[in-house]
Amino acid sequence: MFRENKSMPESDKGRKLLASFEFEPGKVEKGYTDRRLYINLSENKIEEKPIDLQVKETFTGGRGYGMWYLWNAVSSKTKWNDPENEIIFCTGPICGVTQYSGTGKTHVVSLSPETETVNDNNAGGYFAPFLKFSGWDLLEIQGKAKQDVIIFIDGNKGKVSIKEIPVINSDTYLLIEKLTEKYADNEKDRRNISIISSGRGAENTNLGILNVSWYDVRRKHVRVKQAGRGGTGSVFRDKKILAIVIKYSGVSANSNNVASPELIRKAGERLTKEILTLDHVQNGMREIGTVNLLDHMQNYECLPVHNFKFGSHPDAFKVNSKVWHQRMTQKQAGDSCWVGCALRCSHGVDNFALFTGPLKGEKVLVDGPEYETTAGFAGNCGCFDPDFVLEANFYCDNYGIDTIGVSTTMAFLMECYENGIINKEITGGLELNFGNTKAVLELIHQMAEGRGFGKIAGLGIRQIKKILVEKYRADAKFLQDIGMECKGMEFSEYVTKESLAQQGGYGIANKGPQHDESWLIFMDQVNNQIPTFEDKAEALHYFPLFRTWFSIVGLCKLPWNDIEPQDNKQKYHGMEAAKVPEHVENYCWLFEGVTGKHLTPEELILQSERVHNFQRLFNLRMGFGTREHDVVPYRAVGPVTAEEYESRRELYDQQLQEVINFDIEGKTTEEKMKVLRAYREEQYQMLCDAVYKRRGWEANGVPTLETIKKLKIDFPEIVELVKKYQS
Amino acid sequence: MIKVNRREREWEQNLTVDLLLQKCKYTFPLIMVKINGKYVPKEKYKNTLIKDNDDVQVIHSIAGG
Repeated sequence: MFRENKSMPESDKGRKLLASFEFEPGKVEKGYTDRRLYINLSENKIEEKPIDLQVKETFTGGRGYGMWYLWNAVSSKTKWNDPENEIIFCTGPICGVTQYSGTGKTHVVSLSPETETVNDNNAGGYFAPFLKFSGWDLLEIQGKAKQDVIIFIDGNKGKVSIKEIPVINSDTYLLIEKLTEKYADNEKDRRNISIISSGRGAENTNLGILNVSWYDVRRKHVRVKQAGRGGTGSVFRDKKILAIVIKYSGVSANSNNVASPELIRKAGERLTKEILTLDHVQNGMREIGTVNLLDHMQNYECLPVHNFKFGSHPDAFKVNSKVWHQRMTQKQAGDSCWVGCALRCSHGVDNFALFTGPLKGEKVLVDGPEYETTAGFAGNCGCFDPDFVLEANFYCDNYGIDTIGVSTTMAFLMECYENGIINKEITGGLELNFGNTKAVLELIHQMAEGRGFGKIAGLGIRQIKKILVEKYRADAKFLQDIGMECKGMEFSEYVTKESLAQQGGYGIANKGPQHDESWLIFMDQVNNQIPTFEDKAEALHYFPLFRTWFSIVGLCKLPWNDIEPQDNKQKYHGMEAAKVPEHVENYCWLFEGVTGKHLTPEELILQSERVHNFQRLFNLRMGFGTREHDVVPYRAVGPVTAEEYESRRELYDQQLQEVINFDIEGKTTEEKMKVLRAYREEQYQMLCDAVYKRRGWEANGVPTLETIKKLKIDFPEIVELVKKYQS
Repeated sequence: MIKVNRREREWEQNLTVDLLLQKCKYTFPLIMVKINGKYVPKEKYKNTLIKDNDDVQVIHSIAGG
């Protein structure tokens, strides 16, 4: 039972000290410490390592550093669960600035169990700023412990320890409350603790997440945000890390020892004023956070319903913005997941009474729900019940599993069940029909505990497809069409059938189909602003690079365009307006303000381009990174089944007649679908052609020698790699 | 016939900006409307009539994701 956590030793008794290390406490100069903390759990080694100037100039920081040091730690043969794989926690020069919203993100880099190549993801919480102010730009963890360990970093005393601890339940909710209490000197000191943890689900599935904490002073409760995609939590638990605890007190307005406080103040004041005066009439992030999108996705036919078959559902109103506005506790200062963030979007539902699982009957704080979680569980699984969404949200976080990966996998299994590909005999009695909330919750518990059908479900869609074909003789082609994964990662929660640009945004993304690389649905499908391949390719060049920049300097994406100046669209037009130029200017001020280096918007993109291309090359080195790996399942492109076609027949018939010049008279739905499919799949390949060209990649999607030279990432190993793919 | 974001759409009498947005289910708050290139402020959506052959742009901010 979950309450095993009560047996966790209160004192250090029973905890074996494996290694300790003392260091000179934090010295941040213009946003950087220029050193990294290296821990090897196999060898119980803790070391300080430098960050070379050339690495700094080439990769800027954050995810860029993470990519480079991971590249150097692994080989093309390394698997995610080999000891040499690392989990790297990254900061970035702007990380921790308290005068600008969204600077607290922890960016994480590791080899992924889902994609078998390099993965990046990120979460809010206090960890990364505390890490930097303790004196470290990066925390790099390699090796594997023999038994569960807690890594403790005391940033003020300059001490690191690795302690082996008795076997206890690794689930997040109770563990981090206990650890926060243990490592804080008193109630006031709890705000100085941040913890990274995961849970049993990460041990037993490939969908593990990392929970990153902060202490909500107002609620007197530990809160968490999730680094969710790609299974990094599974790497964390495979290394037998129970938790990483960091303690740091003394955050100030100038903890980064910045070059020009005036520039930072100017940017911060401008953005904060916009948020406080406009958010309530724009996206309402301060009221309900990202779940505000649910109503709109429903209205624009982009809400994934029944495994992405449809884009809306009559029951969506049951989980709409009004519902969450009532459920989420309003006006909570603790909803900022880092100091000084005025967007304050980390909402929570207090005193939610759990009705299943090991904590049944407990009243808990549910962090969220976010849009993705709601769209995935309510829409994609067809379970339009807010209590169910909260229950699923809580247990996924608590068990350390990804709400996106789980809900998309679940939706796939439900469609398989409804098509007779799997049955009750295979699922162990679970009736996985769309809308069956009880079955979904039971399967979440099974996944987390590694039992029953949960053992298969926890593998993720790519591996499930293989099992269903090999063991149960399922139709491989149909599963490929409806299994919403690309590169091994499950799709996040947007229907892309009518947006070619977003199909590419998902398919060509370095880490897999996650929306944080690009989100072009409005610009493409609704505004119709990028009608040609060249237009789409330009958008798929600029926006992924712009978004990459957040992760290399330590920022959150949301304050970029989930709030915008009132006159943005009057002052700027077309794609320029979508860039939100005044916010881009803010970022240039911030970078210069912190580092002292002047940065133009073009140089900002160049910084990203180096990291983005390096990540593509990393994929190539691991055996991926070419055109064939950018192909998305047909469900992302067009209607797979007659039921889908018929649900939007007018739209598809019109396209066949007006765009493809196909005479639909007397044709069956199947005949029409075949023609539409051929057209749409060809369009997708033509989009890839245009994007590769714009990005300076050759026809197979490999960066050219000219591109890597221009970006100054033409290291001998990379040149050798690229040459293998030159035609 | 009118154009909305470069796509043709049937025109109807007494079609205001407000009504057009409702019909298109354009509920997203971060939008800007232009008729024949001329900006229409939000407070005028209810009273601004769209004429036959008008070219309407309803530009949504990128947001999302």
